[in-house]
Amino acid sequence: MSILLTDKSKIMVQGITGREGRYHAQHMQDYGHNIVAGTSPGHGGEWVLDGKVPIFDTVEEAKKSTGADTSVVFVPAYHAFDAILESIDAGIQLIVCITEGIPIMDMLKVRRVLAGKECYLVGPNSPGIITPGQAKAGIIPGDIAIPGKVGIVSRSGTLTYEVALALKRVGIGVSTCIGIGGDPVIGTSFVDCLELFEDDPHTDQVIIVGEIGGNEEEKAAEFVVNEMTKPVCAYIAGKSAPENRRMGHAGAIIEGNTGTAQSKIAAFRQAGVKVVSFPEEIVSLITTS
Amino acid sequence: MKLHEYQSKSYFNREDIPIPRSRIASTPAEAKQIAAEIGYPVVLKAQVLVGGRGKAGGILLVKDENDLDPAANDILNSKIKGISVQRILVEQAINFTQEIYLGITVDRALAQPVIILSASGGVEIEELAIHHPNRIIRTAIDPLLGLQPYMVRAMASHIGLDYDLWKPLLHIALSLWKLFDQLDATLVEINPLVITTDKELLALDGKMTIDDNALYRQEDFLELTDQAVETPAEQEARKFCLSYIQLSGHIGCMVNGAGLAMATMDCIQQAGGEPANFLDIGGGANADKVQAALRIILSDENVRAVLINIFGGITRCDEVAKGLISILPENTRNLPFIIRLEGTNAEEGRNLLAQVPNLLIAENLMQAAEMAVHAAERAMV
Repeated sequence: MSILLTDKSKIMVQGITGREGRYHAQHMQDYGHNIVAGTSPGHGGEWVLDGKVPIFDTVEEAKKSTGADTSVVFVPAYHAFDAILESIDAGIQLIVCITEGIPIMDMLKVRRVLAGKECYLVGPNSPGIITPGQAKAGIIPGDIAIPGKVGIVSRSGTLTYEVALALKRVGIGVSTCIGIGGDPVIGTSFVDCLELFEDDPHTDQVIIVGEIGGNEEEKAAEFVVNEMTKPVCAYIAGKSAPENRRMGHAGAIIEGNTGTAQSKIAAFRQAGVKVVSFPEEIVSLITTS
Repeated sequence: MKLHEYQSKSYFNREDIPIPRSRIASTPAEAKQIAAEIGYPVVLKAQVLVGGRGKAGGILLVKDENDLDPAANDILNSKIKGISVQRILVEQAINFTQEIYLGITVDRALAQPVIILSASGGVEIEELAIHHPNRIIRTAIDPLLGLQPYMVRAMASHIGLDYDLWKPLLHIALSLWKLFDQLDATLVEINPLVITTDKELLALDGKMTIDDNALYRQEDFLELTDQAVETPAEQEARKFCLSYIQLSGHIGCMVNGAGLAMATMDCIQQAGGEPANFLDIGGGANADKVQAALRIILSDENVRAVLINIFGGITRCDEVAKGLISILPENTRNLPFIIRLEGTNAEEGRNLLAQVPNLLIAENLMQAAEMAVHAAERAMV
C-alpha cells in the first residue's frame, strides 16, 4: 500500500510528444509498466513507447478508452492551465503537474475550480510522486528509494532525492514520496499529504522537507499536534537565505512573522516534531522496526 | 517584476484613479522645469525599487524654486539601500487630513487574491498589522468572479469611512482589481490613499509587482525591465536562465534545484563559513550553462573556494563535469573546487573529473560544505 499512487494506477501523460514528456514517459513505463495513454492534440491515433501506448487528442477520449485515472502534465507553462482544467473536467482523480513557471493567477483559478471536487492536483513545479517498487508519476529517479514504511513529503525536488537516497543507503525504505512543488500556490498541501499518510496502514512515520516562504509548514505543525498519531520529523531549508527584497506592505500584513526558517522550525518543535539541521541527518531520526 | 512608483501611477491614471500632478526627471534642471509647471510646493521622490525610501532621505518637500536645486542634487546623487537614484518624481504637494491603506495581493494560505483596507495607512501600517490587526480589513476575492462592489461597501462601512467617499473608493478599488487581474499583478498597493483637505481621495503613492511567470503574456513590461537593481553578475545570470543572488560570503556555490541550493548554503553556514551566492542552475542544465554559472562565480572577487553540489535527476552529472572542465583554464586565481556529484550519470561524471588534478571530491553534502569551508580558510591566510 501507499498513498495516491500504486501499481494499480493507470497513468496517462499530457504532452507525451514533447521532449520531456516522451523521455519521462519511457522512464515511468520502465519503472511501473502502467502508462496507459498519452495526449497530444493533433497526434491522436499515433502510438509511442515502442508502439505500445496510444496517443489521444483529448483527455476525455484517453480516459474513456483506457480507464486512465492519473495524469502527469508535461505541457509548457502557457498551456498548463488549459491542460489541468481539461483533466479536472474529464474526472481524472490524480493530476501531477511537473510544469514550472505557471502564472499565479492561473493557479488561483485552478484552486477555485478544484474546490469540492474529488481530485488531487500535485504541483505545479513538482518532481512528481514515487511509490517505490510500484509506480512513479513524474521525474523522480527510480533508483533513489526502496520500498518501506517511511512517507516523505517535500516542497523541493532535489532535496527530496537527497533525503530518499540517504534513507536507502542505510536500508530504510519509503512507502510513498511526494514532491508537492515549490510554487507559491499549489494544489495538494503538506496537510493533505499528512492526512493521507496518517490513514495509510503501510506508513509508520513521515518526513517533511520544507523551505522558507508561505505558511504551509506552520499549518502542518498544527495538524501534527491535533490529528496525527504517527511520528513526524522535518528538515527546513533556507536558514541562511538573505531577507527577501520585499517592497509592498501587503505581504507582511498577511503573513506577519510566519514564513521564515526560524518560525517554521519553532512551530515544528512546539508540535513535538524533531527538526534536523542538515538533510542527511534525518536518517538518525528514523526508527527501523 | 516590480514597477516604479511613476510606472504604477501611469497605470492608475489610465484607469482614472486620481493621482497628484507629477512628472519624472533625471536632472535638477528638468526637475525645476516640471516644478515650475506644476507649481510650488512640490515633493521630490526618488524612484528606487526598495521599501523605506522616505526614512532613507529619498523624499523631500521643496517650498520654492531656491530650494529645488540642492534638494534634487541631494537625491539624485544619493544611494538608497545601495541603489543609486537615477530618476526622481516631481509631484504636486498635497494637504491631507487622513492616510488610508488600500491594496490587493495574493494570500498564499487562502490561495485567493485578497483586498486590504485600513483607516490608518502610511509608513506604520506593518506595525498596525502586528499590534492592532483588527483595524485592518481583509476580504478574499474569488478570482473567477472578481471584486464585487458589495465587498468594498462592507469594508468602507467597517472602517467608518464618510459616506461621501464610498463612491470614489468603490471606483478606485474596482480599478485596482482590474489592473491586478489584467496585468497579472501579485501586488497593487496605494499607501497612502489620502483624504485631501478638499475631501477627495488621492493616490499619493503606488506600488505594483507583476508576476514574472506571466511576463510572456504581458507585452507592456518587456521594455520596462529595470536593471538598476541587478548587479552585472545577476544580469549575466538572467541571460542564461540561472537563478543567482549575490551575497557577501567567501564560498561560491553552484547547485541544481532551489531547495538543495538553500540547503547547501545552510550547510556552509553550519560548517562555519558564509556563502558568496545563491545559484540554482535549474533542471537539465547542459555543459554550456554550467560553464556560464561557474564563470559568474569566478568573477566574484570575494570567492575563496567553489562548491559544486549536484544531485542529478534531469540534470546529468557528466554534463556538469564537462562544463566544469571547460572553465578550469579561466580559474586564474587557482581557487579550490569542491565537488559532490550524485544521481544521474554520477559515475561517468566522477570518471571525467578523475583525470583532472587538484579537484576535491566529497561524498555527501555536509562533508562537501566542511571541505569548502576549510579550503576557503586556507586560501585566506
